[in-house]
Amino acid sequence: MTALSQLGGPPAAVTEKPGRRFTAYLLLLPGGLWLALFFVVPLVSLLSASLYDPSGTVETGYAVTGHWQNYVDALQDYARPFGRSMWYALLTTAFCLLLGYPLAYAIAFKSGRWKNLMLALVIAPFFTSFLVRTLSWKLLLGDNGVVVDTLKWLHILGPDGRLLATTTAVVTGLTYNFLPFMVLPLYASLEKIDHRLIEAGGDLFAGPVTTFRTVTLPLSMPGVVAGTLLTFIPAAGDYINAELLGTPQQRMIGNDIQNLFAAGAHPTAAALSVTLMATIVVLVLFYVRRVGTEDLL
Amino acid sequence: MNVRPQYPVSRRTVLTGMSLSALGLSGSGLLAACGTPAAKQTEQQCVSTDLSSTEKTLNFSNWPSYMDEADEKVNGKTVLPTLAAFEKLSGIKVNYTADVNDNAEFFAKVKDQLGACQPTGRDIFVLTDWMASRMVKLGWIQKLDHAKIPNVDANLLPSLKGPAWDSSRDYSVPWQSGLTGIAYNAKHTKEVKSFTELLTRPDLKGKITLLSEMRDTMLFMLRIDGADPTKFGDEEWGKALEKLQGYVASSQIRRFTGNDYIQDLNAGNIVACEAWSGDVLALQADNPDIKFVVPEEGLGLWSDNMLVPNKATHKANAEALINHYYDPQVAATLAAWVNFICPVQGAKEAMEKVDPELVDSPLIFPDEADLAKAYGFMALDEAKSKQYESDFNRVIGG
Repeated sequence: MTALSQLGGPPAAVTEKPGRRFTAYLLLLPGGLWLALFFVVPLVSLLSASLYDPSGTVETGYAVTGHWQNYVDALQDYARPFGRSMWYALLTTAFCLLLGYPLAYAIAFKSGRWKNLMLALVIAPFFTSFLVRTLSWKLLLGDNGVVVDTLKWLHILGPDGRLLATTTAVVTGLTYNFLPFMVLPLYASLEKIDHRLIEAGGDLFAGPVTTFRTVTLPLSMPGVVAGTLLTFIPAAGDYINAELLGTPQQRMIGNDIQNLFAAGAHPTAAALSVTLMATIVVLVLFYVRRVGTEDLL
Repeated sequence: MNVRPQYPVSRRTVLTGMSLSALGLSGSGLLAACGTPAAKQTEQQCVSTDLSSTEKTLNFSNWPSYMDEADEKVNGKTVLPTLAAFEKLSGIKVNYTADVNDNAEFFAKVKDQLGACQPTGRDIFVLTDWMASRMVKLGWIQKLDHAKIPNVDANLLPSLKGPAWDSSRDYSVPWQSGLTGIAYNAKHTKEVKSFTELLTRPDLKGKITLLSEMRDTMLFMLRIDGADPTKFGDEEWGKALEKLQGYVASSQIRRFTGNDYIQDLNAGNIVACEAWSGDVLALQADNPDIKFVVPEEGLGLWSDNMLVPNKATHKANAEALINHYYDPQVAATLAAWVNFICPVQGAKEAMEKVDPELVDSPLIFPDEADLAKAYGFMALDEAKSKQYESDFNRVIGG
């Protein structure tokens, strides 16, 4: 062992034995097979379903006829819920960021010995099912509940006003359900920040606001990007919140995909699913490029 | 000295490998997934040997809360009295599972097996008319031997004897029936007499719900226009749909729901809604303000039906079970617990001994006049069903 090889050189052993090369592929194999079986195969079947002849039924079977018109028809009929899903997901992401950043900041820098407890509290809602958590919002926002009564008393809501079955309720539910997905990555990247850098900001006569803007915020950007992605993507495809807390006017694209599938309109449902996926991929690529954190991909 | 470590697997090889295998898979996948084969079968193509004479077992799938339960548990297990009585009488061991939560979901669960003549592991299951009709049309259900179910022939309510999709009950026998009508919460609003009123009264705006089951809701939309839900054409369908679209746009309807309207009605979030009789009866026990109305337009009448699927190997055992539940005494015990409409004649008399309070309940034993106003929804073939379901979905989507 020379000092040189310990310092900077490549870990020589890695290339030495030809068997090692084989090991690496072997390690990739289980995960790769898993992905192939449960991601690539369903994806291909979804793509081919979106090109089925729309006149097919369960009884007669469906033929792949390369019917691209499915996409045009689906988008014509469902453009509004589609746009609505994107809008709600955007609102949800914005609210999660506004609520989640201060929370993650407080946990990372100010919580002291309460840190673990606070993190546990952020994760605690996951111990109950998604459905139960959403249903409990129905109790909270009920027409004769405390929240509505208080808002009426404060004249924020009119005498006939309601919270349940409104856009507010749906976006509130989405924000609540996806908040932990924002807080955890934000916390992880804030927590990693070297305190000496922040102190250096102070030493160089930057006020707290300037230090935050030029040091803390840029260093936490990976967390912001990861958090917004983890919030936006599932929120855009969610249908439980719109189903339970909304009205027909708040229906999201997930509701339509689910119903169309149940109705046996597989081609339309598949075309909408593919469009949703493609839209999200394009938006995400564009966003990640703009923010300049390609390292994430 | 800036030598990058030479890892055996570089990013480039990983990416190349991934894209190549994805391509390979999609190639073979596309060939394999070239469409979906027709799932229609016939009973003759999918014959199975009935092992009932040697195997005294029966696998029974039903909906939750659809079987009477004894108040007290034995050895920590819930006792199902009528089912236990059947086991004792016949010597057949029943594996009872409450795994049917939703017609469409259950269809998705068994469609690949039944579409390919494979056993589902179930000898008898219970599905609502429209789904039962769909499975019968697909040839997935075995014909019943009426010689083995004499109680059904003797005791089935006349109004349920010949639905359009199974005119002589060759394939299906009702487990329980129910009515679709209007429910309202008397604490929060005055009586709602008809669907027209429900959908137009200004004080109900945003305070009512309809059911997301296409057939239940469209039955009344067709009735509002004076059409016959048991027999209608595309033009009448289009008109009814347009009507519904208008009500959705006016924000009169708050939501389209499944069973979950119960909580909203009880809490007063909604004050009236389209509702199923059994739910209303169950809710009334806790909240006497909840009332059920027979709408002026009529009622929806539906049944959940017992079906024996292809490749079930205990058909004779299943028939013995069906026959057992058409004994009026057994039917009354069951009806007293599940609160739905009892399809068995004579159960009303038997109810005197089981629970005298329920004898006059119009939601368990409806009178002739109400039943005369009840409609079943027209049987639809696969293509029509898909078209109507898609139309309906588009309209309720706002």
